[in-house]
Amino acid sequence: MTLKLMQGNEAVAMGALAAGCRFYAGYPITPSTEIAEVLSRQLPKLGGKFIQMEDEIASMAAIIGASIGGLKSMTATSGPGFSLMQENLGYAVMTETPCVVANVQRLGPSTGQPTSASQGDVMQARWGTHGDHPIIALSPTSVPQAFDLTVTAFNFSEKYRTPVILLLDEVIGHMRERFDMPDFENVQRVERLGVNVPPEWYKPYGDSVSDVPPMANFGDGYRYHVTGLFHDPMGYPTQRLDEIEAWIQRVNRKIERNLDEIILTEADGLEGAQTVVVAYGATVRSARHAVKLARQRRHKVGLLSLLTIWPFAEAEVARLAQNCRRIVVPEMNLGQLALEVERVAGRSKVRRVNLANGEMIHPQMILEAIEAH
Amino acid sequence: MSRLEQHSAYNYLRHTKKFPNVWCAGCGIGIVMGALIRAIDHLELDQNDVALVSGIGCTGRMPVYMDFNTMHTTHGRALAFATGLKLAQPRLKVIVIMGDGDALAIGGNHFLHAARRNMDLTAIVVNNAIYGMTGGQYSPTTPIDLRATTAPYGNVEPPIPVGELAIAAGAAFVARGTVYHAVELDRLIAQAIQKEGFSLVEAVSYCHTTLGRINKLGTAGDMMNTIKNNSVTLSAAEKMSEEDRQAKIVRGVLRDVERPGYLRLYDQVIERAIAQEASHAG
Ligand SMILES: Cc1ncc(C[n+]2csc(CCOP(=O)(O)OP(=O)(O)O)c2C)c(N)n1
Ligand code: SF4
Repeated sequence: MTLKLMQGNEAVAMGALAAGCRFYAGYPITPSTEIAEVLSRQLPKLGGKFIQMEDEIASMAAIIGASIGGLKSMTATSGPGFSLMQENLGYAVMTETPCVVANVQRLGPSTGQPTSASQGDVMQARWGTHGDHPIIALSPTSVPQAFDLTVTAFNFSEKYRTPVILLLDEVIGHMRERFDMPDFENVQRVERLGVNVPPEWYKPYGDSVSDVPPMANFGDGYRYHVTGLFHDPMGYPTQRLDEIEAWIQRVNRKIERNLDEIILTEADGLEGAQTVVVAYGATVRSARHAVKLARQRRHKVGLLSLLTIWPFAEAEVARLAQNCRRIVVPEMNLGQLALEVERVAGRSKVRRVNLANGEMIHPQMILEAIEAH
Repeated sequence: MSRLEQHSAYNYLRHTKKFPNVWCAGCGIGIVMGALIRAIDHLELDQNDVALVSGIGCTGRMPVYMDFNTMHTTHGRALAFATGLKLAQPRLKVIVIMGDGDALAIGGNHFLHAARRNMDLTAIVVNNAIYGMTGGQYSPTTPIDLRATTAPYGNVEPPIPVGELAIAAGAAFVARGTVYHAVELDRLIAQAIQKEGFSLVEAVSYCHTTLGRINKLGTAGDMMNTIKNNSVTLSAAEKMSEEDRQAKIVRGVLRDVERPGYLRLYDQVIERAIAQEASHAG
């Protein structure tokens, strides 16, 4: 272990290396650039490769290409760049290509305020690319967690053959914290399921027990076809309704069947709580403080921190909603994940706390919502 | 062995993939596909070591028929996908197949930068001077005054000279051929594949279904004759006046220089990084 004062973005870069990332393609943008800078220095030392592409569209394309070539790959960006990545993000979903996209959110829309904090891309992370599709998005609340969740993001992407979005906010990306970084050998890494049949038998998108087909890398001797068109189990374009339907069902199922593993949350004092704060990202830090103050005033308050934002922790929130009187949802936006909480818990139970001017939510704002009648 | 099986292309086609292909009868894209297969066959490349990456369009449909590692990506982005693939698997010969709109309109930026980096890729641009797949809208290579479904009064935008653009951007090898001169095209593609760095082959192949129909340029056969009559070899072109040459499709190798490819350059980066790390540790 190495004790360090580390920045969130740096922790993402180190987490990526620990997870086995060996390819990065990106385009500079505040407040994510440090991730690229660290990896441009570190990757070649490990024989990995870094490339600064001509834009974010190309960056997203390059990491998919590299992943199909067998390397664990990532890119990092912020709002405007994340918007540009959406089409190829959909290609990664469609082709079931593992990759990690870090979006260090800044205040938008458009160029907005590059150095200001925001959680404005929550819905974009869910629905930014066109068409029905599953997605995984993780959001760390601290520097150590930025490291851990980056490793988790890679592990999920490999295990489920899906792009995973790391949704940081500017606060977590730029904040420095003390961090005992684990030795990389001690980090648990998941590798994509390889192929163990001869090439003649390989069905790149065939049914497998887990809904996640084994993945051959280009160059391994399994010559197959990858396309963004709907495809049959061999990977060839199809217009057959049954094959299209089967694809959509399977790809959604591979996430839905594994919600227990994918949905990561942290619970603090939910038992018997009359009010529960549901928060994610940097806002969790304000929420923790608010909850502490409220408890000092003898309110029965719990805190549910969502480390996995997508898929949404529906079952957990539904359970809470049955037992508590109020759910407070603080967000650095005008209310995005609150829509999900309201859908599950009912609007009357939910109190939103929103700030979308680039500042962090003050614990006092959350405390007021906890205490309001 | 049947006659079909004796054909040199037979081993390179995917027999599990249902033919016929998506192209119109008489389309030149199939001729480019044949030339590519013959070039690969001539070079005796192992099929496992070849990757074909395409974008979207009629041209983009080419890889699926061929038995290599094949990838049909998004419109305009094939070179960027191929860049990632090549960096991950340097052993692969990565060949990128694009239409003119694909390579030069939506993908123009990637085209410029792949050439500038001298990325170790071979790009084949099928220049049919129109957007074929979407039904005949004008493209960045549509000649002035020709009509398209979105240029009903004639195109006023000057076309991009594909090869010259690649040369300006720094490609190591640039050649132009046509689907009329198929044997020559085989050779140009084979030369391009062997080249270190970024190589480009522009294959002129007018789309009779859209460009031809809208502009009353005749049948597929008539348009082949137009290509034949309108093209000259590089050596013949050099004897022509600038004005006469402008009106011609100039065939041949337009550029062939030795420049280190990106992979070799990046190997230097890796060496420097490791050396620096060692000196810090020591
Ligand atoms: C982002 C995006 N924009 C537009 C399209 C629609 N589209 C499909 S093919 C094509 C143009 C094809 O022309 P070209 O690239 O010259 O190839 P060709 O079909 O002529 O071979 C367009 C505009 C698309 N698929 N994706
Ligand atoms: S539309 Fe034109 S380019 Fe497309 S297949 Fe038909 S002839 Fe070929």
